[in-house]
Amino acid sequence: MIRLLQIEFIKLWNNRASKVLIIAYFILLTFISLVAAIKFDIGPIKFHLAELGIFDFPYIWHFNSFIAAFFKLFLAVVIVSMMANEYSNKTIKQNLIDGLSKWEFIYSKFLTVLALSTVSTIFLFIISFLLGLGYSSYDEISIIFSDLEFILAYFVKLVGFFSFCLFLGILVKRSAFALGFLILWAILEQLLFGLLGWKVTSWETANTIKGFFPMQAMSNLIDEPFTRLSAVQNLGDQIGEDFKFDYAVHWYEILIVLVWTALFIYGSYALLKKRDL
Amino acid sequence: MEKILTVNNLTKKYGYLTAVKDLSFTIEKGNVYGILGPNGSGKSTTLGIVLNVVNRTQGEFSWFDGNTSTHDALKKVGAIIERPNFYPYMTAIQNLKLVCKIKDVSEDKIEEKLELVGLLERKNSKFRTYSLGMKQRLAIASALLNDPEILILDEPTNGLDPQGIHQIRQIIKKIASQGTTILLASHLLDEVEKVCSHVVILRKGEKLYSGRVDDMMATHGFFELKTAQSEALIKHLESDGNFGEIKTENGLTTAFLKEEMSAEVLNRKLFEKGIFLSHLVKRKESLEEQFLEITKNQSN
Repeated sequence: MIRLLQIEFIKLWNNRASKVLIIAYFILLTFISLVAAIKFDIGPIKFHLAELGIFDFPYIWHFNSFIAAFFKLFLAVVIVSMMANEYSNKTIKQNLIDGLSKWEFIYSKFLTVLALSTVSTIFLFIISFLLGLGYSSYDEISIIFSDLEFILAYFVKLVGFFSFCLFLGILVKRSAFALGFLILWAILEQLLFGLLGWKVTSWETANTIKGFFPMQAMSNLIDEPFTRLSAVQNLGDQIGEDFKFDYAVHWYEILIVLVWTALFIYGSYALLKKRDL
Repeated sequence: MEKILTVNNLTKKYGYLTAVKDLSFTIEKGNVYGILGPNGSGKSTTLGIVLNVVNRTQGEFSWFDGNTSTHDALKKVGAIIERPNFYPYMTAIQNLKLVCKIKDVSEDKIEEKLELVGLLERKNSKFRTYSLGMKQRLAIASALLNDPEILILDEPTNGLDPQGIHQIRQIIKKIASQGTTILLASHLLDEVEKVCSHVVILRKGEKLYSGRVDDMMATHGFFELKTAQSEALIKHLESDGNFGEIKTENGLTTAFLKEEMSAEVLNRKLFEKGIFLSHLVKRKESLEEQFLEITKNQSN
């Protein structure tokens, strides 16, 4: 396993574009903490984001994992191109001839996905923890470490998403097309959902089915956190709208994404096994 | 003899096209093999199959004693297929380090192998800055990193300039002289003739011949003769039962032997008949002539 990780590390780290993107990704993650500094002080209007309560434990776990998940697109580019480049440079052929088995090849890529997701998750945990310590109104241990399932959901979301990228990279063999396909797929899911709800089933059933689509399943893991803010809730009360949504991370949501991950990795392997290079 | 590779009834079909048809051969340790055949005869496909990058349709192949998995066996093999494939953004050293990791061997042979192929001064240049000849030599260095049991080369001189071709041939000869088993696929017959002891000849995916280069045809060679008395010479040769076909071109008489005869014997016989030669050479057909003969026979 260490050997496979080392192999991928040599490939990634010597590629300037990948290196820049990975570093940029982690710098951007750190920038979340700068949001705390947003402060408007224009005469009577005083606005300080940190005082809205977005950095309160345990809400911060939810908020940060939701925001940080957007940056995953940077790593998606890295992962798609790390797969597609093996095809365009034909190095995949040389790797196999040199004695890497087809499974080892896929496994080494998957290990890289796990490693990047793990580092990103740990990074997110530390940043959120420090931000919380600095700005949270609550600092009891039991409150600080509650709702940590959002961090787990974040990890699963990244692994699922990157596995999808890996699969597309091997399916399409060209990074630009694979990324285009990724966006196309996200749109297709919505179109399919619309079609189902409009013609085939009720909207409620369509919504349930949509929860099984890979991209939707990943986004369901961490629901939007904004309506959960007390400020927004108060606003809702005033206009008589009930903002009581289900924000929790459900076990079945995690399971769906894990199943997709397994399918993507197995699919990548099956494709590679079937193809003549 | 220790077997390195055994191929049994291998078949590969691309849709309706059969690229390799029922191919069987054995590679034994210590020999230098050539796989010969015109373009599209299935050479690269065969190598692709035993190297784990092309899926076979039917048949079997086994490496070494047959108990190792293909990818583990490949760690003891050095192979270059068609064009050299490396990571363009990495230097020669970085690329070779990666290969060492894949093959699970130590990195201390890198400098030695770069020296062997004459790339030591350029070891820190990125792969994409290399010329085709240098790329091909780096590929050979990479294939040698694990001191392989067998070196497989597919068209190693394709697309190179004469100097590059010469360099690659020198390297191959050097490696062969160290006792490494080599399998060389090529359509350049003189290339194979110069280095190979055994050949497998393919045409349209079918094996026409496999065995020693020397035994390729059951002929005894031919004489090239010149004399002022050519009429007497031809008359004598025709009356001698040892000769088959006799032809004369530009004053040079070529007589094909049906049975073994040394040049001395012929010379003495002709001398006794009062025929004096100005030119006497005994030759075997070149690989090219034999190859054309074999492929011609098959097409009839």
